[in-house]
Parts: sequence; C-alpha cells; structure tokens
Amino acid sequence: MKLSIKALAIASVAFGLMATGAQAENLKVGLLVKSLGNGFFDAAHKGADNAAKELGDTEVIYTGPTKATAEGQIEIINSLIDQKVGCIAISANDPDAVVPALKKAMDRGIKVISWDSGVNEKGRLLHLNPSDTGLIGETIIKLAADYLPDGGEVAILSAASTAANQNSWIDAAKKVLPEKFPKIKLVDVVYGDDDSAKSTDVAKGLLKAHPNLKAIIAPTTVGVVAAAQVVTDAGLIGKVNVTGLALPSEFKKFIDNGASQAVALWNPIDLGYSATQLCHDLTVGKAEAKPGAELSIGKVGKIKLDDHNTAAMAPPFQFDKKNIEEFSKIY
Amino acid sequence: MSSETIQHRHLPDRLDKPLSAALRSWETLLAVVAVAIFIFNSFASPHFLNAWTLSDMTFNFTEKAIIALPMALLIIAGEIDLSVAAILALSSTLMGFAMQFGLGTPALVCVGIIVGLICGAFNGALVTGLGLPSIVVTIGTMSLFRGLAFIILGDQVYKNYPDGFEYFGQGYVAWVISFELVLFLAFAALFGFLLHFTTFGRRLYFIGRNPVSAQFSGVNVKRMKFILFCLTGVMSGVASVLLTSRLGSTRPSIAQGFELEAITMVVLGGVAITGGAGSILGVVLAALIMGLVTFGFGLLNVPGIVMSIFVGMLLIAVIALPILWKRFVWVLKK
Repeated sequence: MKLSIKALAIASVAFGLMATGAQAENLKVGLLVKSLGNGFFDAAHKGADNAAKELGDTEVIYTGPTKATAEGQIEIINSLIDQKVGCIAISANDPDAVVPALKKAMDRGIKVISWDSGVNEKGRLLHLNPSDTGLIGETIIKLAADYLPDGGEVAILSAASTAANQNSWIDAAKKVLPEKFPKIKLVDVVYGDDDSAKSTDVAKGLLKAHPNLKAIIAPTTVGVVAAAQVVTDAGLIGKVNVTGLALPSEFKKFIDNGASQAVALWNPIDLGYSATQLCHDLTVGKAEAKPGAELSIGKVGKIKLDDHNTAAMAPPFQFDKKNIEEFSKIY
Repeated sequence: MSSETIQHRHLPDRLDKPLSAALRSWETLLAVVAVAIFIFNSFASPHFLNAWTLSDMTFNFTEKAIIALPMALLIIAGEIDLSVAAILALSSTLMGFAMQFGLGTPALVCVGIIVGLICGAFNGALVTGLGLPSIVVTIGTMSLFRGLAFIILGDQVYKNYPDGFEYFGQGYVAWVISFELVLFLAFAALFGFLLHFTTFGRRLYFIGRNPVSAQFSGVNVKRMKFILFCLTGVMSGVASVLLTSRLGSTRPSIAQGFELEAITMVVLGGVAITGGAGSILGVVLAALIMGLVTFGFGLLNVPGIVMSIFVGMLLIAVIALPILWKRFVWVLKK
C-alpha cells in the first residue's frame, strides 16, 4: 500500500511535467470499423492507407472492437479522443448508442464522419454512402448495354417482389432506359426471392419465354449466381450475358468461364480512401460539411451533400476479367 | 486499513496457513501490479498522463465494477449470478418502455432499479426456494431476461431519454471526476463496510466455507443468499441506469458479455471461486487493473483480441498462483 502511494505521488508530479509538451505531428485519422478481422474492412483500410500516402501528412489508425458491439466501439472512441486524433471515420455497430461518445469527441475539437454504416445525424458531420439508388439503377443497365452495341432484349431477375432496395433500383433503371439506352429493351422482371432454387427456376423460365434474350440482369448477389449457373448449364455462354450486383469471391468462376462479362458492387477500397480524404479536408479546414456542399474525394471524384449531410460516393464498382482475380481475394 | 489487517489475523479466512498468507498479501500484489501497469502506460503512450485520459479510462470499468461488488459477496457465499448482463438489458428495456408513457428521470431510475430487484429476487427464489444450483438457474434466466428484452424491443431502439437522464452516465461531479466514478467508490466503501465490518459480512465467509455448519450454527443461510441475489439484481439495475444514460439509447443487445467481465474482476481480485475468501479492496484494485490494461492497450491501438489474451492469461495466473505457491511451500517443508 505504501509503495502505491509513493508511486502515485511520483506519477502526479510526472503528470504536471508531461502536460506541457505539445507537438505538431502528422494529422491522425481514426478509421473505426465494426469489428476487426473482416475482409471488407481490411480492404477499406488498404484504401485509407493509399489516401494517406497521397496526402503525405496523414496517418491512419485502423481499429475496431473484437466483437461488433456499440460498447466496444465506445471504448475505442474514448481512446481515439485521448490520442488526440484529428478525425474519426466510423462504420457504426449502432447508429444511436455511439452518438454521445461521438458528440464528446466533437466537443473536444475532433471531426467525426460516418461511412458504410451510418450514425444518427447528431453524432457526425457527414455520412458517406457507398452508392445511391439512381447510380445503382443506371449501372445495372449500363453493365448489360456496354456489351450490346446493337441493343437487344434484356430481363431482370430480382430478389423478392417486396424487397424495397431492389424495387427502387429497378424503378431507377426503368427511368434511365428510354433516354440513355434507347436500343435496350427490358422485356421482363421476375423474382427469385433471394433463394437459390427459386432463382434457378425463374432464370430457366426466362430463357424459355424469351428465346432472343441477350442479357439477364440480377441486382442481387444470390440471383446473379443462380442465373450464371443456369446459362452455363444450358450451354448459352456467349449468347446470353449475365450481369448485376455480385460478390467477386462468389462470382469469379462465371467471369472466368465467360457466362458474364462484368458485374459490379461497392468498392471498399475506394470507400476507405474517400473517407480518409474527407477526414483530411475537414480537419485542415479545406472543406466544410453543410447541406449542398460539394466536396472532393481525391481520385474517386466529388460528392454532394444532401439536406441530411449525406452523400453517395460513386456508382457501383465494375469487376471484369482484368480485376476479378484481385478483388475475389478481398470480399 | 491497518484495523482490517489485524482482523484478518485474528479471524483468518482460511485455515491452511501458507495459502492464507499468500491471500493476505494478494491486495498488496494487486496494488503493485496496478502501479506497474500505470507506470508502463505512462512511458508507452505520451497521451496517458492526462487528467481527461485518466477520467475517460474510468468509464471502461465503472459499470462492470459496480456489478462486481455484489458479485464478490455472492461468490464468497458460494453462489454465482451469470444473468447480471441480461438483468441490465431487461431493466434498460423496461426503462425505455416506461419512458414512452412520459415518466420523468427520477421515475425511470426507480423503474430500472426495481426491475433489477425483481429479477434478482426471481433468481434468489429459484436458488433458495427450490434448492437449484445457482449456475444452472442463472444460465437459464440469462436467456430468459434477455429474451424478454428482445420480445419487447425486437430490432427497434428506445432513445430520446428525458433531459437530465444523461447526467448519470455522462455527467461530472467536479472537473474530470465523473458521477459514475464517485458512485462506484461510494458503493465500494459501502460493500467494503458490509463485508468486512458487520456480522452479515462475517457470516458470508462462514456460509461460503461450510453452509451446513453455518445452518446448524443458527445462520439463516437461505435468507442471506436470497438477500444477496436481490442485492446483485439491484446493483445490475443501477449499472443499467448508468449504461443506458451513457449510451443515450437502449437496444436488447446492450451490455453483451458484461457478466464475464464482472466475474473476471471478482476472481482477479482474489475472491476464491469456490467461496469463503476474498476482499472488496481486491475487487476494486482488480477493476482498476482491468481498466488500466484495456485503456492503456487501447491508447497503443493494440487489437482487442490481444487484450483478451492478456486478460485471460492474467486470470489463469491468478488462479494458478496460489495453488503453485501451496505446492512450492509443501515441497520446501519436506
């Protein structure tokens, strides 16, 4: 006991001495993810490091709890605050529970943004979505149209008919068709309920009902695999192109065998890169987060904040023969 | 402090001398470890020795430590409660539920604590009334209480707690001294007094050592155990108020895994997992060590899994050390 009292006395003296040394170092960005050991977030870390290299004066602290809990993230937020980082970029486990801790960070002069999985408006300056409805709708048609210079019939194989995400993307796709892709004719929309067996059946039905079909567009990771398998099994490789939103790791074999020319999905590397760019610009005062503001995200381009200070990064990222090998190892 | 040591000498917690000697110095050892980690942290991170950093650190352990206090009493008496985190979740959920009817802050605090009391009493009734082993009962109620929280709330969230409610988990009494820390220290003093300076506390050691002879010596073992379970429930309710206030919202997944961290503090604090020995000072020091380790590592951005490994090894060392020491002494005697 005596020993500890002595040590505490020494420590408190040291405490007074240490408090004086302030230093101008690199700008620190805390890239706080849902949990460590997740390929998607490791890829985002890679992008963040690339951005830091480009910026020169920035250092990325990649961190996250072992288990994906809000309490774990709050402990890390506290530790990032005390490390005096310039900015925290968080993909949150809970949009509400982390708000008080993030508010505390902002009170102590730290810029806070959320990306991927957002935080309630009060707890961050801006939120960066990987993409948005309009961009996704346009991309899924473009994926098919790029390989159909003379146009032709295409069909959509979606998830459940009640799936809000998919329906809004399909509506957006229908909107851009007449003006941007006049030669593409959407002949059918069918629903596979994100179930492998059902998706396989409806894909077979599509091929039977539309003998002139040139492409199947499946904006769901389950449907796109099922459709590509059906096209492969039916020996229609080269005649019917399967495309849509797909996980590179699951879909690589269909790019390799030619059943698909290209698919797309959000790119975690670009997401980490853009979050770091935004963090840097906000911290050095080059950018300000307010509704309507246009902010640069380096080589990825520009974003425009909406009324809730939310923005979409880019259209889904395209995977084809050139890059599927690399990305299939990531996610 | 010295009067407590004298008491220990007159009334040893254990009769086997070498071990009791090791245990008596356990708190000293913990204090030395705490100071060593403190000094290590000061050198390892330039940000550690800062009043706000140290204040932020306390939030890593206060709520769990508040649960660890009654848990220490319970384990000394030979029982255990694994449902504490689930009680916390249910109590937080019902506070949110009550808030929807426009209850103010004082009423919500009462709801949180009363729900804790009811849950604790339920555990206590099953253990003492039906004579079931507490580990089985509380594994069951762990799922039951959290399950109820999930039924009430599902994937929804309760937020927008009334003004003033955020003080409990986010407020400061003075400068960097948080309300949570002050409350924890007050409860630690209270439980320390209860365990070490009252006949109630003295009897807990008796029950933990030998419940049958305690029963035949006129100690109402069942009633005392029932009180302990209620106390653990109440303190889980208190922790629930603090955590809910700190998060500003409730989801049924709140405080996942808190029970193991609270029990880790108790065991690390030198409380024998088999019952009958331990002190509140040890538990308080163990809580401090856990906070110092997790926050110190956090400042160095050590991944959480490394922290878990470190705490796990610490725990095994704590349990193995007295046994190894006993063997060592035995070999020396021969």
